[in-house]
Amino acid sequence: MHEMALCESILGILKDQAESQAFSRVDRVCLEVGLLSGVETEALRFGFDVVMRGSLAEGARLEIVSPPALAWCMPCAEQVEIKQRFDPCPTCGSHQLQVTSGEELRIKELEVS
Amino acid sequence: MCTVCGCAEGEVRIEGRPSHGQEGNGGHPHVHDHHDHDQAGHHHDHHHHDYGRGEAGASVPGMSQSRMIQLEQDILSKNNSYAARNRAYFEERGILALNLVSSPGSGKTTLLVETLRRMAADVPCSVIEGDQQTSNDAERIRETGVKALQINTGKGCHLDGHMIGHALEHLDPDEGSCVFIENVGNLVCPAAFDLGEAHKVAILSVTEGEDKPLKYPDMFAAADLMLLNKTDLLPHLDFDVDLAIANARKVNPGIKALCVSARSGEGLEGWINWIRAAHAMQRIGHVASPAAE
Repeated sequence: MHEMALCESILGILKDQAESQAFSRVDRVCLEVGLLSGVETEALRFGFDVVMRGSLAEGARLEIVSPPALAWCMPCAEQVEIKQRFDPCPTCGSHQLQVTSGEELRIKELEVS
Repeated sequence: MCTVCGCAEGEVRIEGRPSHGQEGNGGHPHVHDHHDHDQAGHHHDHHHHDYGRGEAGASVPGMSQSRMIQLEQDILSKNNSYAARNRAYFEERGILALNLVSSPGSGKTTLLVETLRRMAADVPCSVIEGDQQTSNDAERIRETGVKALQINTGKGCHLDGHMIGHALEHLDPDEGSCVFIENVGNLVCPAAFDLGEAHKVAILSVTEGEDKPLKYPDMFAAADLMLLNKTDLLPHLDFDVDLAIANARKVNPGIKALCVSARSGEGLEGWINWIRAAHAMQRIGHVASPAAE
């Protein structure tokens, strides 16, 4: 549900950037949305098209890259890959995991003109 | 006077008025004189395809001037900057702010009312209530004699840092007090939006499933404390308290869990002691801070 609010935030950032970096049109937006960021990418895509309508980014291509979810397992003292927050360590089965990657929610780059 | 602006949502109302106090604007609180928000209808003057025209006005037919910008900017950076401002506000004044999150119907407001009855006599308290519609909750809080402010998020599913910033201007909480923020009943979206609170407190009632922390892991990962509410109903239910706590710890090994019943009062002492301890921690910084007056 908050994907619309995120798209509003993206539009806000695009407008700020348009002013400071002197461009008038956004052709492509590349986002980094981690597996654990709590964002449904399909909902984000839908929201993006709706929110960007009539703005400097109307019709812009949206690319989403999803960095894997990684966590530091304390008992194993090494980095392991997980799929969800409550996954145990695939090696030792412990839940003493500290998420190190997968929470990203960033605009990576823009193609503008 | 709006000091925290730069907003996106157009339906937010604080105490039934647009969040910027611009009554009579026909529901368009974003028509500001002192800001340049451009929200109503997303007008954009320079919306034309201007290929081949350079920054200096140089035009090269057939050449696109498109370029790449490496941004690496957090999508929530705006919210996070409002949250940081709120956090600084709370720290300067030695105020403990708690963000209470749960699904609808977990008993947040009743728990809050009972908490205030037991605390408000010796610790000044105030409450920010977030709901899509109605001011019922704020009215319930005011009946206890505690200052309360209602934010209606309209279609919004969560409170954000910006709304809290405006709410603080209206609420003006006492120095060294406790501010309870009752978020919109929703276990999904409020997890992503920092409000500047010291702690998120997740409330789970025992009439819900033990697997809620697994179903909504982001919220339980973001919370420092889980309250299992309505424990007076346990004799009538198959709810497994240990399993619920174990599930929460799978998601967040550091989460603390307390069993409470707002109705019977059972366990409320532990919760209030936790608040007092957190409140004391918050004021340690306040006493040492030169900003304290």
